[in-house]
Amino acid sequence: MVQAKGNGMIEFLGDVLAWFGNPDNWIGPTGILNRLREHVQLTAAATFAASILAIPPALWLGHRRLGGTFVVAVVNIGRAIPSFAIVVLFLPISIRLGLGIGFWPTFLALLFLAVPPMFTNTYTGVAGVDPELVEASRGMGMTDREVLTKVELPMASPVILAAVRVATVQVAATATLGALVGWGGLGRFIVDGFSVRDNVLVFAGALLVAGLALFLEVLLGWVERQVVPTTLQSRSEVVESVVA
Amino acid sequence: MIHLAQASEGFFSWDWVFNHLDDIWDQTVEHIMLTVIAVVVGLVISLALSVVALRYRWTYSPITWFTGILYTIPSLALFAFLVPITGLSVLTAEIGLVSYTLLILIRNIVAGIDGVPDATVESARGMGYTKRGLFFSVELPLALPVIIAGIRIAAVTTIGLVTVTALIGQGGLGFFILRGLSLIYSPIGTTQIVVGTVVSVALAVAVDLTLVGIQHLATPWSRRRATA
Repeated sequence: MVQAKGNGMIEFLGDVLAWFGNPDNWIGPTGILNRLREHVQLTAAATFAASILAIPPALWLGHRRLGGTFVVAVVNIGRAIPSFAIVVLFLPISIRLGLGIGFWPTFLALLFLAVPPMFTNTYTGVAGVDPELVEASRGMGMTDREVLTKVELPMASPVILAAVRVATVQVAATATLGALVGWGGLGRFIVDGFSVRDNVLVFAGALLVAGLALFLEVLLGWVERQVVPTTLQSRSEVVESVVA
Repeated sequence: MIHLAQASEGFFSWDWVFNHLDDIWDQTVEHIMLTVIAVVVGLVISLALSVVALRYRWTYSPITWFTGILYTIPSLALFAFLVPITGLSVLTAEIGLVSYTLLILIRNIVAGIDGVPDATVESARGMGYTKRGLFFSVELPLALPVIIAGIRIAAVTTIGLVTVTALIGQGGLGFFILRGLSLIYSPIGTTQIVVGTVVSVALAVAVDLTLVGIQHLATPWSRRRATA
């Protein structure tokens, strides 16, 4: 392994720039554009599926103020399970289920990782709505359903949106590890770079992956600020989850 | 599910576990070492940066902005950035691991010290505490529950991230997960993945409980308040 130091470092960064400057690295099935498309598509699919699975039950349980202890346990255990282990662990499971390598083990692992933080943050958001506010709505004659959809849901919306942002960034980060179980995405450049000991490829891949994660964080943060009324914005504190 | 049931006899090998207890122990110790170094170094840096942030308020925003960027970079990418500079070394692993602890620790230290009641600080000043004395004997101890809550999150997160460092030749228990990956079609492989995962999770739970115990011992006043 050649190590870059001093002048070597400048030369190395020049090589990285040259790699990005080569059109061959951008096009085709193994090019940057296709890897980026794979990465974004899987991230969107896994985050969407996780929100469908996590948010409705969390809204209902939060509305009923049921299962608080369970939620705390999920947060703690979720944090303790390494995402690297989950991605690798889903590979033999997927093979034995006949789903093969690549897409399915990565998708299932991402789903498994994204559901708990979305569930807990949504739950906390709804259950954390001021009880006096809920009492007042009931006093005004709102039905149970109206309390949830007209009071609790809007009040909790900043927390839920923040939960979706945190989960999306986490899923995009963890999707990098999909390259270890035969999937594509931007992690491919880093993992292939490691296996052929090509530091330029490793570094270029790291730039792409980090760039995407930071871009998503900034983009979704911006969307949040546009959507959430300023009076509610201070409420958007969520339980940050594990980085992949 | 039928596939799974049929194949499951070849999924886990207790023989492998009993024949490799020494290896499992060695990697567990290495895992703990990598974690302890990362959290201790992270704590020292975070304390220093928090003192700066508390003394000069305007620095808090750029400090959390920068550590927030570090926190957002996916771990594999962060390690990949460092490999061309520091190689496949323990140093690379530790720089990455320490980077991830900073945001959580700084936020909790600053929030903890901000949470000390003004009246308490005023009384301590009235009693003649110097700035330094006030910080070490009043503010820091009273902020301890919040700071330890931060250390718990940082420690548990780090234990998980140590497994990823297997990809750069370190990894503690991640070593088993990575080796299992290369033997994926054999029970020897799946066994190693399960062992690496289960021991790592158990370690995280044990460390978390230990820190809860330490907090209990270190803040006797909050215990008395709880029983009163």
